[in-house]
Amino acid sequence: MSNDNDGTIGRRTPGGLRRIFDSISQMANSPWGNGPKDGDDGKGGGKKPGPRNPWVTPDPADTARGRKPRGPSALDELLRKGRGSFGGGGGSGGGGDGFDLSASARWWKWAIIAIVAIVLLFSTVHVVPPEKEGVVTRLGSYSRTVGPGVKFTLPPPFERIRLEDVRAIRTMAIGSPNATDENFVLTRDQSIVDLAYEVRWSIRDPELFIFQLAEPEDTIREVAESSMRATVANFDLVQAIGPGRVEIESQVQQRMQDLLDQYRAGVLIQGIAIRQADPPKQVDEAFKEVTAARQERESAINLARAYEQQVLEGARGQTAAFDKIYEQYKLSPGVTRRRLYYETMEAVLSKADKTIVEPRGVTPYLPLPEVQRRAAAADPAAKGGQ
Amino acid sequence: MFETLLRRPMRLLIAVLALLVLVSMTVSVVPEDKQALILRFGEIEATVNKYKKGEDFGRSGAGLVLRIPFFDNIQFIDKRILGINMERQQVLSTDQQRLQVDAFARFRITDPVRMYTAIRTEDRLQQQLATILGSSLRNELGKRTFATLLSPERGAVMDNIQVALNREARKYGAEIIDVRIKRADLPEGATLDAAYNRMRTAREQEATAIRAEGQKEAQIIRGNADGEAARIYAASYGKDPEFYDFYRAMQSYRQTFLGENSSGATSIILSPDNEYLKQFHGD
Repeated sequence: MSNDNDGTIGRRTPGGLRRIFDSISQMANSPWGNGPKDGDDGKGGGKKPGPRNPWVTPDPADTARGRKPRGPSALDELLRKGRGSFGGGGGSGGGGDGFDLSASARWWKWAIIAIVAIVLLFSTVHVVPPEKEGVVTRLGSYSRTVGPGVKFTLPPPFERIRLEDVRAIRTMAIGSPNATDENFVLTRDQSIVDLAYEVRWSIRDPELFIFQLAEPEDTIREVAESSMRATVANFDLVQAIGPGRVEIESQVQQRMQDLLDQYRAGVLIQGIAIRQADPPKQVDEAFKEVTAARQERESAINLARAYEQQVLEGARGQTAAFDKIYEQYKLSPGVTRRRLYYETMEAVLSKADKTIVEPRGVTPYLPLPEVQRRAAAADPAAKGGQ
Repeated sequence: MFETLLRRPMRLLIAVLALLVLVSMTVSVVPEDKQALILRFGEIEATVNKYKKGEDFGRSGAGLVLRIPFFDNIQFIDKRILGINMERQQVLSTDQQRLQVDAFARFRITDPVRMYTAIRTEDRLQQQLATILGSSLRNELGKRTFATLLSPERGAVMDNIQVALNREARKYGAEIIDVRIKRADLPEGATLDAAYNRMRTAREQEATAIRAEGQKEAQIIRGNADGEAARIYAASYGKDPEFYDFYRAMQSYRQTFLGENSSGATSIILSPDNEYLKQFHGD
């Protein structure tokens, strides 16, 4: 390294590096490191104008230094203060309150200003997202609630902003649909129902929500449980597990809202959803039996209806047939009657064994065993035919 | 003097820091959700941001408060609604029903001075109130029957408990806002089993009733059908009973001798006098 190098580096490097460089050279106490400093200090920028302070743009300080090398201006003092505050120990090793010290201190001044500006920017300008609202407190006291958009506040500790999501609908599950975890509720008829439900809520007034309740979530949960139990206690078991659910849900919602409004909690109950309302496992069997009995009743009724249909249709069919024939019969009673008689007898007698017995003087011998034998013979034949 | 300070940055810094410390010791921020007591040597000097009913936020006493460093001490007390959670209690109702009761109460500290002198911290107050809540719950529920705990009258019970609890709470500078039974369950064991048994028998009774009702309805339907069929038959056949007799006899013969259900061969012994054989004589 050489002095020339030192100069070029000084020209290009950012202040931080330059400062480190300086302190290194001070510690090393090398002639090329210390020389320029002492010279600068003494001559007030005569020998090496280039590397002296090329990284600091503002001229007024430079000129001030040029004019009054010994009597430092207020600005210089400030810079010196900055330097001193940063590394009092490091500075002592070098050459006291040299020009380079104030130069790097000046850089620190700007850095501090920049940091302060950034901090101020971040702490005073707030982008409130569309789903949120910001509650601003001024010295602890509630000041205002601001809606979405870019909002300005004083920096802390004067004003603080706390954002709360007022659009989100939060869900809180009470009880569990898993069979292991039971949440028994007593009904009006002193039966027990296993309930699992969800409460959906959102923040209506963020300032109330923040300032009123110590434990908002716990409060909502407890209010939900209490309301649910109080409501279910007005319903019979059969209603609670079946048709009464919707009614229970709306009553619980109403009850919760009333209570929370009474607390001024700033919470809006969006809805209650009963996910499960079952009788306990121990009596489940009996409930299933009721269902089975209901189905049995239905099936008995169905069978009866089938019978009814069969009987009625049969009656209608038979009477319709009779009516038709009777119509014809009335037109010519004698012929129809005889025709029917002969047709029937023909059909009947043609399939039967016939024996004609002269009644007078003949003692009929009926070979009954023979008849039975023949009948028996005919039976398997008939069966085989089928 | 200022000049001297400027010449010596470290001193300026120290001075600034000292000032900050001093400010932080003299000025305190009382937030909206806290009440503050200013204690001078342990004596309560002033209260700040004390709870007032129905006040609006922003118009309360929250804000900056000054105090004398080293002499004054500031004590914050919660201003929000706090909860008491009672341990689950077993309560015996007048009809000797055992009940497991969970209750909660909401309260807030309305008189921070009294609260501070009586019990110092919110935590201890919460514990104290939980104990009181438990005993007043037992007292009140012990006077009731089991059924009232489930009925709308429960509201009155809770009001009584709230009054009793409030009387105690006021001694601690607190106000009870609400007392609720969270859960009132039958305890495990005999009571619960008895309840299950009752539920089961009730269901069984219902099942039996439903079955019987099904039988009844089926019978009625069948009876109605039979009656209706009889009416249809009568309306039709009644037009000529004599012909019906003949017609039905013919049907019956066919059914008997030819029908699918008739089994075995039929042997018929006829007399020549038979109506069918009338023409057989040839006369």
